Amino acid sequence: MKIIEPGTYFMQGDEACVEGAIYAGCRFFAGYPITPATEITERCALRMKEVDGVAIQMEDEIASIGAIIGASWTGTKSMTATSGPGFSLMQENLGYACMTETPIVIVDVQRGGPSTGQPTRASQGDVMQSRWGSHGDYEIIALAPNSVQEMFDLTIEAFNLAETYRVPVIILSDADIGHMRGTFTVSDNIKIVTRKYHTKPVKYNAYAYDENLVPRFPKFGQGHRVHITGLTHDISGYPKTTFPAIHQVLITRLVDKIRKNEQNICRVEIINPRAEYLVVAYGSPSNSVYELAEKNKNIGLFRPITVWPFPEGLFRKRLKGVKKCLVLEMNMGQLFWDIERTALKSGCRNTELFTKLGGDVHEPDEIVKELGL
Amino acid sequence: MKFFDLYRKDRWPHMFCPGCGIGTIMNAFYYAIAESGLSQDKAVFVAGIGCSGRIPGYIRGDSLHTTHGRPLSFASGIKLADPSLKVIVFSGDGDLGAIGGNHFINACRRNIDLTVICINNYNYGMTGGQVSTTTPAHFKTSTTPSGNKEYPFDLSEIAVAAGANYVARWTTYHVKSLIRSIKKALLKDGFSFVEVVSQCPVHFGRRNKMTAPTRLLNWIKENSIPRAKIKQITDDTLDLNVQGKISIGEFIERNRIAYTKLIGVCK
Ligand SMILES: Cc1ncc(C[n+]2csc(CCOP(=O)(O)OP(=O)(O)O)c2C)c(N)n1
Repeated sequence: MKIIEPGTYFMQGDEACVEGAIYAGCRFFAGYPITPATEITERCALRMKEVDGVAIQMEDEIASIGAIIGASWTGTKSMTATSGPGFSLMQENLGYACMTETPIVIVDVQRGGPSTGQPTRASQGDVMQSRWGSHGDYEIIALAPNSVQEMFDLTIEAFNLAETYRVPVIILSDADIGHMRGTFTVSDNIKIVTRKYHTKPVKYNAYAYDENLVPRFPKFGQGHRVHITGLTHDISGYPKTTFPAIHQVLITRLVDKIRKNEQNICRVEIINPRAEYLVVAYGSPSNSVYELAEKNKNIGLFRPITVWPFPEGLFRKRLKGVKKCLVLEMNMGQLFWDIERTALKSGCRNTELFTKLGGDVHEPDEIVKELGL
Repeated sequence: MKFFDLYRKDRWPHMFCPGCGIGTIMNAFYYAIAESGLSQDKAVFVAGIGCSGRIPGYIRGDSLHTTHGRPLSFASGIKLADPSLKVIVFSGDGDLGAIGGNHFINACRRNIDLTVICINNYNYGMTGGQVSTTTPAHFKTSTTPSGNKEYPFDLSEIAVAAGANYVARWTTYHVKSLIRSIKKALLKDGFSFVEVVSQCPVHFGRRNKMTAPTRLLNWIKENSIPRAKIKQITDDTLDLNVQGKISIGEFIERNRIAYTKLIGVCK
C-alpha cells in the first residue's frame, strides 16, 4: 500500500494516526518506543519506506524531536510520537520549534503520570504541559481526538495547521483512543495544506512577514543562506538578544499569529445546542456523553476538538442559558480552569469538575448524578 | 566554494574573545571546505550552544543554531530528509561530551553522513569557564576552584570506539594538518569527526596561569604528541591529563557503509 485510498478501514487508533500522517504528506518520522505510542513508531518503520519516506528510532525523545525539526527545515513534513515521560523530555526542543517557527507534529498518547505512572492506562495529565511545558511565552495548537476516525482526521488537520501557522501542533490522544480498534472512513475530498515557501533566495530577512504574521519558509539547500537560531532574533534571523523591543516584537507576533486566528483554528463539537445542562468533555471522556444526550435533550455536550488555543469564543456563545456545566477530565482538573474562568465571565456560576483517574471511565449514570438530575 | 564567499560579513564584528582559538579553526575550516569542492548552497551548518555553537552564525550558508547538546539530532534529521545536503556540525566539549554525550556516541555508531568539528577548549567558555568533561585532572575552573578531581573524557578515542568512519585530533597549533583532516572528513562517507584542542585564554588560561593566549597555545603545542607514540606512556596518566599528553593525529579511517546508503536514501 502506498497512500491510503478512499474507503472504510478497521485499525487501531495509533495505526490510523500514521495513515493520516502519510496522507497529509508526512515523509519523516523519528521516535523512541513508549507505551501507548509504540505502535506509531512501529507502523512508521513499516510504512514510511513504502512512500519513499524515512522513519528512524533515535536514542531518546530529545533526539527524536530534534531530528524532526531538522527534517522540517528541508521542507519535509515531519512527526514524532510519544507519551508522558517522553513528552517531558521534548519540552526544550518544542520551545525551539516555536521560536524558530518550525512546522512539526507531535503525538502524545497520554498515560497516567506523573513519572512512569501507568503505562497502559489512559489519562489527560498532559493537557497543561502541552500548553505551558516549555519555558518562556508562546502559543501552541493542540487537538484532542476521541475516536479512531479522529486519529486519522486530526492528524491531517494537525499537519495542515502546522504548515499554515508555522507552529508545532500536538495531538493529545490517550491510551484508550490510541489502543482502541475501530473503523474509520477516508473520504475523497480531504484538504491538504502545503507550506508556503520563498520562491527567490531571501539573502536577508529570513523572517520577513506580512499582515497574516506568518513568514514564508526559507527551506535549506535553496541558496537562501539563512541563519536560524533559538536566540531572540529580528526579521533577519540573526541573534539580537539584548534589545527589549526586538524580543517584544518577536514574542508578540509568535503569540498573536495563533491568538488572532483563534476563530480559524478552533473546532468544537456541540450536541443539543439548547440544553441547559452542559457537559464539557474532550478526548476519551466525551464518549460517555453521546448516549445520554441522545436520550435527554436537556443534556448537552460541548467538546473542544481544539484544546489549545482554548475555544473561548465558541464556548461563551454556547454558555447562553446554561444552568450547570459539568467538566469531565481524566486528571485532577486542568482544562477545567479555563472552562470555569470562561463560564464565570459569561455569568454561569455553576461549573463543577468530575474527575476520573487511573484509567477509570466516567459512567453515564454517574454523569447524570453529578449533573443533579 | 570560494574562501571569502563564506564570510557572513554583515555579522562582523564577531563575538569571540581576544586570543580565542575559534578564529584559527574557522580559518582552517574555510580553507578546507573551499578546497573540498562542495557547493556552498548545498551545505548546512549546524551547531549547539556555546561559543563554538556561534560559528555557523558567521558562515554564509544555511545554518541552524540549535539547543545545547542536541545539534547531532537536528543534523541527523536534515541529512536523512534531504540527503543531497552536506551537513556539518560544530560543537563544544560540553555540548558534545556532557549534555550531548549520548547523542554523540549514538551518532558515531549510526554512521549517518555527518561531519562533526568539536572545539575542545577544556572548559565551558560561553558560561564563564566551568569544568567540562574534558577538563584535565587537577586544573582549575570556576566550579573546581581547588582543581578538577574528575578524569577527563577523550572524545576522539570515544568516537573510535563508538564506530565513527573517520576520526582525527589536532590543535590550533597544527593548522596545516587540521585543514587536511577537515577536508578529508568533509569528503568521507559516513560519520566523520575532527576534534580541535583550542585555547580559551580568558577562562581556562586565566585560572591556570596561562592568561596570555600565546602561553596557552605554547602549552598545547608542547604537550601534543602523535597518537602512535602515546602507547609508551603508562595508562593511568594517559591523555589530556596534566601529567599526560594530548595525543594528535588521524585516529582511524574506516569504510563502514553509511547508514544513509544502507537504508537506500543515498546512492
Ligand atoms: C539546557 C541548557 N543548559 C545549560 C545551558 C547554558 N550553557 C550555554 S553554553 C554552555 C556550555 C558551553 O560549553 P561548551 O559546549 O564546551 O562550548 P564553549 O562555549 O566552550 O565553546 C552551557 C552550560 C543551556 N544553554 N542550555
